[in-house]
Amino acid sequence: MTDTATTPPAADRTMAKGTRRPGQPLQRPTLPRRRRKQPAYPVFRVVVLTLTVLLFIAPLVWMVVASLKTNVDIYDPDKTFFFTPTLDNYANVLGRNNYFVFIFNSFWVALCSTVFSLILGVPAAYAMSRFTMHRSAMVVLMARIIPGVSLLVPWYFIFANLRLVGGFGVLILSHMFVALPLIVYLMMSFFDSLPTELEDAAQVDGLTPIGAFLRITLPLSVPGLATAGILSFIFSWNNFMFALVLSGANTKTLPVAIFNFVSYASIDWGSLMSAAVIVTVPIMVIALFTQKYVVSGLTAGATKG
Amino acid sequence: MTVMVTTRPTARQACSAWANRHRKWLFAAPAMLFVGLLIIVPLAWTVYLSLTDAQGSVRAESEFVGLANYLKVFSDTERFWPSVWRTFTFTGGAVAAEMVLGMGIALLLWRPFKGEKWVRVAILMPLVATPVAVGMMWRLIFDPNIGFANQLLDWFGIPAQPWLSGQTSALPTLIFIDVWQWTPMIVLILLAGLTSLSDEPDEAARIDGASSWQRFRFVTLPLLRSTVIVAIVLRGIDALKTFDILYATKGKGGGSFHEVETLNVYAFGLSFDYNDYGIASTVLILFFLLIIAIMWMVTYRRKGDRS
Repeated sequence: MTDTATTPPAADRTMAKGTRRPGQPLQRPTLPRRRRKQPAYPVFRVVVLTLTVLLFIAPLVWMVVASLKTNVDIYDPDKTFFFTPTLDNYANVLGRNNYFVFIFNSFWVALCSTVFSLILGVPAAYAMSRFTMHRSAMVVLMARIIPGVSLLVPWYFIFANLRLVGGFGVLILSHMFVALPLIVYLMMSFFDSLPTELEDAAQVDGLTPIGAFLRITLPLSVPGLATAGILSFIFSWNNFMFALVLSGANTKTLPVAIFNFVSYASIDWGSLMSAAVIVTVPIMVIALFTQKYVVSGLTAGATKG
Repeated sequence: MTVMVTTRPTARQACSAWANRHRKWLFAAPAMLFVGLLIIVPLAWTVYLSLTDAQGSVRAESEFVGLANYLKVFSDTERFWPSVWRTFTFTGGAVAAEMVLGMGIALLLWRPFKGEKWVRVAILMPLVATPVAVGMMWRLIFDPNIGFANQLLDWFGIPAQPWLSGQTSALPTLIFIDVWQWTPMIVLILLAGLTSLSDEPDEAARIDGASSWQRFRFVTLPLLRSTVIVAIVLRGIDALKTFDILYATKGKGGGSFHEVETLNVYAFGLSFDYNDYGIASTVLILFFLLIIAIMWMVTYRRKGDRS
C-alpha cells in the first residue's frame, strides 16, 4: 500500500504484457492505476492510529494526573484538567504508609525469583533444546497452563503446616513457579535458533561439552537471557494472587499493598492513584528501555506455529 | 589421546567426565524436579481434598466423603454454573474483541511508516502495567459519581452509566478493561507473524486485481493461520484464568451479587475467604479439567487440519 519498495516489480510485470519490446530500456512507470485511487488510506491510517495510541495511553495519563490532585480536586468536575498539582499523595504513600518497604519487597522477590529461575531454567532449556526432550519440556510448560489457584490451596496447606507462610522463601518459590516455565519456553526457542557449529568447534579444540556450554553458548545467549530475565522480572513484579495469599505483614509486595488500600470504608483516591503510579512506572521505564527484548519475548513462538 | 587412556584419571577428571556424560539429565532434572514437585504433590493433594469435607483451619481434622462434593457442585445452580457461564462469557468476549481489534491495528502497523516506533512503545505500556494498578485506575475512571467516563458521556448528553457497580454492566466493563490491557499483546504477536510473511503472494493477488479485503481474506489471513491460533491459545489460557483485575475491581466473591464471579474467583473465594477447602478443591479440579479439555480440543483440531 504505502511501501514503494515492492512497486517496481509489480509494475514491470504489467508493463511486460504488451508495451515492452526487446532492447527497449525498462521504463519506470508512474504509480500504477490502483494506487491513485487510494490517497484516503494514509490519512485514515494516521487518524486511526492516533486514536488508538490515545486510547491506550490516556487512561495511564489520567492515573498520573489524578495522583497529582488533592482528593477535593478529584471530586470536583470543574477541575478535571485545570488544577494545582501537588505531591502530597506521594508523601502520604511513601512516608506515612511506608511504601519503601513494599517497594523493596517487590524488588527483592522479583530479583531473587528471576535469578534462581535463570539458574535452574537456562541449563534445562539448553538440554531440552539440544536433546529435543519435548516430553520433558511439556512437563515444565504444564506450569503455564495450570490455574494458579489449584496449586495455591495445597501450597498454603503445606507451607502453613510448616509455618513458612509469610516468609520471603515461600513467596520467591511461588514466583519462580511463574518465572521458570516462561524462561524455559523462551530459552528453548532461543537455543533452537542458535547454530551448534561454534560449540562443536570448541569441543574439537578440547573443551568438554559442559565447558562449551558455559564458555561459548552462554556468552552468545546474552540477548536471549536478557529477554527471559526482563520478562520474568516483569511478571513477578506484577504478580498479585500468589503474594496475596503467601505474603505476610513484613513481606507484602506492592500489588497486595495497593489492593489493601481499598479495604477501608472510603477510598483515598489520590493516594491510591499515586500508589498505582509507584508500582507501574518503574516497570514501564524498564520496558521502555528494553523494548526490543520485551517484544521479542512476548512474541516468541508466534511465527513457528 | 593415548596418554589420556593409559594414565589413571584423577577424581576431578572422573567427576567431570561423569558430569559431561550425564549432562542431559544433570541440566534438565533440577528444573523438572522443581516444577514437578510444585505441581504433582499439590495436584494430588487437591484431588484428595476434593474428596473430603476439609474446611475451617488448615490444621483441622477432615473426613473422607467420597464424591459428595462433586454432586454438591454439579447441582449448585446458584454459584457454580453461573460462574462457569461467566468464565466463558468473559473469555469469549474478551478474546474475540482482542483478536478483531488486534488484527486491525496490526494491519495498520504492518507497512513501515514514520513514527512507527512511538506507536509500538505506546501500545506496549498497557501490556506491562501491573494488573492490580490497572484495575484501580479503571475503578476511578468508571466511578459513577466522580469518574471521567461519565463526565465524557455527559459532554455528549448521554446519561450516566453505573459501569462497574451495575449488576449487568460490570462484566462487559471488565471485558473492556481486559481488552484495553491485552489487545496490544495480540497486536505484537500478529505483527510478528505479518512481518515474517513474504510479499509475493500479496503482490500476485494485487496484480490479479484483488481488492484489499479480498487480499486480506484469501491471502494474508490463510498465511497467518498458525500465528492467529497461537495468539488465541496464549490469550485464551490467560483470559480463562483472569483474576487480578476482577478481584481488584470487585473484591471478594466478584461483587455483592457475584456479578463477575468467574471460576477462578469462585475457587479463590471458597479457599481463602470462606476456607471451604473441600468444595474449593472440587471446583478447581473441574476448572483444571475444563482448561485441559479446551487446550486439547484446540491443539487436536489444529493437528487434524494440518494432515
